[in-house]
Amino acid sequence: MSNATQLLRFITAGSVDDGKSTLIGRLLHDSKSIFEDQFSAISRTSEKRGMAAVDLSLLTDGLQAEREQGITIDVAYRYFATPKRKFIIGDTPGHEQYTRNMVTAASTANLAVILIDARKGVLTQTRRHSYLASLIGVPHIVLAVNKMDMVEYSKQRFEEIVGEYKRFAAQLNLHDVHCIPLSALDGDNVVEKSDAMDWYIGPTLLELLETVEIEHDVNTRDFRFPVQWVCRPQAQEYHDFRGFAGRIEAGDVSVGDEVTILPSGRSSKIKEIVTYDGHLQRAYAPQSVTLTLEDEIDISRGDMFVKAGGTTRCAQPAGSAIACDLASVAGSLGRMVNSSTGNVSEAHSLPAVAKEFEAMLCWLSETPLDKNRKYFVKHTTRTAKCLFSRIDYRVDVNTLERHPVAALNMNDIARVALKTQQPLVIDHYLDDHSTGSFIVIDEATNNTVAAGMIA
Amino acid sequence: MKLVDHNMTKHIFTHLDALESESIHIMREVAAECKNPALLFSGGKDSIVMLRIAEKAFRPAKFPFPLVHIDTEHNFPEVIATRDKLAADLGERLIVRSLEDSIARGTIVIKDLDKPRNPYQSVTLLETITEFGFDACMGGARRDEEKARAKERIFSFRDEFGQWDPKNQRPELWDIYNTRVHAGENIRVFPISNWTEMDIWEYIAREKLHIPCIYYAHKREVIRRGNALIPVSCLVQPKAGEIVETVSVRFRTVGDMTCTAPVESTAHTVEEIIAETATTRITERGATRMDDQTSDASMELRKKEGYF
Ligand SMILES: Nc1nc2c(ncn2[C@@H]2O[C@H](COP(=O)(O)OP(=O)(O)O)[C@@H](O)[C@H]2O)c(=O)[nH]1
Repeated sequence: MSNATQLLRFITAGSVDDGKSTLIGRLLHDSKSIFEDQFSAISRTSEKRGMAAVDLSLLTDGLQAEREQGITIDVAYRYFATPKRKFIIGDTPGHEQYTRNMVTAASTANLAVILIDARKGVLTQTRRHSYLASLIGVPHIVLAVNKMDMVEYSKQRFEEIVGEYKRFAAQLNLHDVHCIPLSALDGDNVVEKSDAMDWYIGPTLLELLETVEIEHDVNTRDFRFPVQWVCRPQAQEYHDFRGFAGRIEAGDVSVGDEVTILPSGRSSKIKEIVTYDGHLQRAYAPQSVTLTLEDEIDISRGDMFVKAGGTTRCAQPAGSAIACDLASVAGSLGRMVNSSTGNVSEAHSLPAVAKEFEAMLCWLSETPLDKNRKYFVKHTTRTAKCLFSRIDYRVDVNTLERHPVAALNMNDIARVALKTQQPLVIDHYLDDHSTGSFIVIDEATNNTVAAGMIA
Repeated sequence: MKLVDHNMTKHIFTHLDALESESIHIMREVAAECKNPALLFSGGKDSIVMLRIAEKAFRPAKFPFPLVHIDTEHNFPEVIATRDKLAADLGERLIVRSLEDSIARGTIVIKDLDKPRNPYQSVTLLETITEFGFDACMGGARRDEEKARAKERIFSFRDEFGQWDPKNQRPELWDIYNTRVHAGENIRVFPISNWTEMDIWEYIAREKLHIPCIYYAHKREVIRRGNALIPVSCLVQPKAGEIVETVSVRFRTVGDMTCTAPVESTAHTVEEIIAETATTRITERGATRMDDQTSDASMELRKKEGYF
């Protein structure tokens, strides 16, 4: 039965009191994903607090520490399923650390639900959430206009909000935006169609979550295989076996394919695609496999297999100042995932091998970025020491204005230039999320202090 | 995820494929980046799924880590038998450390002999980590199990005392995992974080995994206490006035014999368990673990103390 269902990961973003918790509670409740013991626990609490109805928002109530100290600890993951799909919700509480939390949750999401209070319309926060979703390249956006019951279910009000949002969103790298009028409190257009809004003919939120096409959310064209682990069995029967274990991050590979190993640039042919369930002729992203080669080449963790030939798309001259951020390059570069559907040329492209590159950075740590210090960057399966050579500007996430800055603080988004001690095999984040993303680790504390997107 | 290749033939990548590939990726990151990892293996269904994922990640080689079990000596004998059989069949090294060792050393003092021993497991686990110098322990916990788990990272960072500080966890972005620790510190890794109870059962069915027989419906002597069915065993005997009934039951989790309650069931196959799981209205922990019901936050407290 559900053995052939797909997995969709999504996040919800909204300001405090827009109804995010109520909406998630409603989705879980109306899709029958709430268990009796959970329901009776929140019923008891609702009663204790003197509420007339069961407060569904209590389902996503947090940890004891949060309850006691009123602090929020970034992302909570929730799970539910319908016969059509399995869902993972990355639930991000609002408040001060919002940028950091949302960036974290969005990094693995196929879709973002951006909540708006119908009475308030498009607010600064809406712009911020939308900019962050576009920065992280969340492929699908749902603008959920909530609390429609409080604006008399007005079609005119909904269209006003949608119009304003679309004007703003046009500046961003958002490709697939769906707008739904709903009432999380009463459940209108969440799972069930709303009788009060018969003027709305589109899908309910759940219908959309169940049907939005996610096949092209990964780059299906440019084969990328970072080596994770070298498999050398000690047994006699596998004496000559040397397999390269990893996950195909993009594209596909077949037995006999000519591959180049970067950064060394040596070439060979795929001999076998080994899996526990037998050898394959062809494998696709995001499968985890073990590859063997026709030739004996010195390869270790951190090296990347790509298809031989092809053109270098990510031709970023080292250290050059390309004055653009992810939002503004969107138009010219486009997402390669889109071109894989066939409109643009079929030729695959090659990543760049670079020790200097530029990136959009989200600073996650309470300790500001220090340009005099060394950090580690972890990119695919390779970790290298790095230095920040420049901070070009900080983006005000509310207005999208750029400001020159000397340092970066928690929640800042900025365009920076980096130098690494070893070369990295990189793509633009827009072309391939897995080979265009990295994290920055503080050498002294070992903490993860930033998330980067190569631009 | 459906993937389209150049010939536009469709390759169906199901949610189980996606979860499996993610878990393999996580285990390989641990094997490649941690100096001395271990895989916690109890013989329960989640850790049996973990073993299959390890096979998929590392075969034809041996696992680059040992299997470790912290035995409370309160385990169901069927589970221990399965634990030993699976480790032997795979030819992998199994390290067992018992709470009794810690009791003998005096690091655990048990006040009430019949009470659940889960709270003490953390002590023996930390002692075992020190004994072998493990820098990473992989466990089969899932985020859908309990509220305190919902915010757990896949790579969960513990200080020198094995403690989990919910306020001081590293952000986890994409699937780039930060595995760096200082000497003496430790990470717990949860490769199947994103799996639900249903996913586990579907995977057991798909992979035809051998699991302890007590997961299937069987007749058992139980006592009703509140809503729970308590299995009668050498550790649990009826109190005065309690009636022993023989009921057809199965276990959804297999922990400490004194606090793991079975559910009424007639499911004799994995397919029947899946059908029951699809219609069950009670969470796995709500139905079966008395130790987490004591208070809304009891799991969180135990995690802070170093429990998995
Ligand atoms: N009238 C109305 N109230 C709503 C709706 N959705 C949420 N609310 C209320 O708005 C308040 C904030 O909701 P909550 O879900 O806690 O917001 P959050 O802070 O975004 O998680 C609560 O009092 C909800 O009952 C809605 O669709 N209509």
